[in-house]
Amino acid sequence: MAKIMAGVGCSHVPAIGVAMDTGITHEEYWKPVFQGFKKSREWMKKQNPDVIFLIYNDHCTAFDARCIPTFALGCGAEFQPADEGWGPRPVPAVKNHQKMASHIAQSLVLNEFDITIMNEMEVDHGLTVPLSVMFGDIKQNDEWPSLVIPLCVNVVQYPAPTGNRCYNLGKAIRRAIESYEEDLNVIIFGTGGMSHQLQYKRAGLINSDWDKRFLDLMTEDPVGASQITHLEYLRETGSEGIEMVMWLIMRGALNENVTEIHRHYHVPASNTAVGHIILENNA
Amino acid sequence: MTEKEYDNIPGTIVFDADKSREGYHLNQFCISLRLQKNRDAFNKNEEAYLDAYPMSKEQREAVLKREWNLLLELGGNIYYTSKLAANDGINFQNLAGRMTGMGVDSYREMMLKGGRSIEGNRDKSEWGED
Repeated sequence: MAKIMAGVGCSHVPAIGVAMDTGITHEEYWKPVFQGFKKSREWMKKQNPDVIFLIYNDHCTAFDARCIPTFALGCGAEFQPADEGWGPRPVPAVKNHQKMASHIAQSLVLNEFDITIMNEMEVDHGLTVPLSVMFGDIKQNDEWPSLVIPLCVNVVQYPAPTGNRCYNLGKAIRRAIESYEEDLNVIIFGTGGMSHQLQYKRAGLINSDWDKRFLDLMTEDPVGASQITHLEYLRETGSEGIEMVMWLIMRGALNENVTEIHRHYHVPASNTAVGHIILENNA
Repeated sequence: MTEKEYDNIPGTIVFDADKSREGYHLNQFCISLRLQKNRDAFNKNEEAYLDAYPMSKEQREAVLKREWNLLLELGGNIYYTSKLAANDGINFQNLAGRMTGMGVDSYREMMLKGGRSIEGNRDKSEWGED
């Protein structure tokens, strides 16, 4: 049977992708950002997951205002990196485990999570940046080391799904994955955050104390984290900090008791606090 | 208009259903600039290109004048307006430098020092606003 071995929380700042794509990761500004992923890349090599279930949000790239699904599951064979207005990232297309994705889609709906099924979808930095930071440089004509099942969450138009809903969806995703008959090693990624506000006069807001408490809660008290209100995210972590609800989907798919393998926090990457955590399911 | 629980957060526009409705055509215009052929057409003749999008006069003016904060006030969302900015060669950080009125250099400097503190920035009353 397929099994979820671990969860990864990770920011997906677009400028991090640009830094990798233009080869400036050694510069003073970027060095501390990437230093914190050194251990993660070694860990990824050891884990060598067959499938990554990756939760992210689209930044008005694949989805425009015509259609705004709250949860959209990628079920197509592959997903091309999108042009977000400055050309597509020079990274490989993302290949799906299509059979498993359709099993998950079916299982979720029967478990009363009525997700949208996407058979055609381009993917933006929200999905490719976490893959890049965790795998390192992968050439465009090469392949990502793992198959990827994308779950895209609306966090752009208020309201995003509640933290509680996300946490419970994580549990349903776990049931779906672990009822799939093929022996597969799966890692689940929750991406986005941490505190940041990109818009209007309060842009640049960072709340490090809050972010660090959130990382603590990820390890020690996920149920507590699932009760954080939208108002608290908006006020305390900036209008775009609400992306962190996506970490709760990842966390819901893990055991209540986990071992924290690694943590990284750095300010700034462009406008954003970079946060990262690796949690392994206790045996 | 009914007061919303997030209305008292200073310097922040929450892109909710009301904003989304108001900004629909504006945002659809912005996202069209994701594609090079559309960027080329827009850059060739902005006025003519905008004719295809039935936005309000105010929104249209704000686009032409690149009034970044006004665009948000009129229903634009930052992930959409950033496509217009990208067309102009302005990245997220430089756009924030403009929206905050700080300028690019002081904004970048603030971020290097850890960003804008949450202290004094939770409630409009702390900004001397209602």
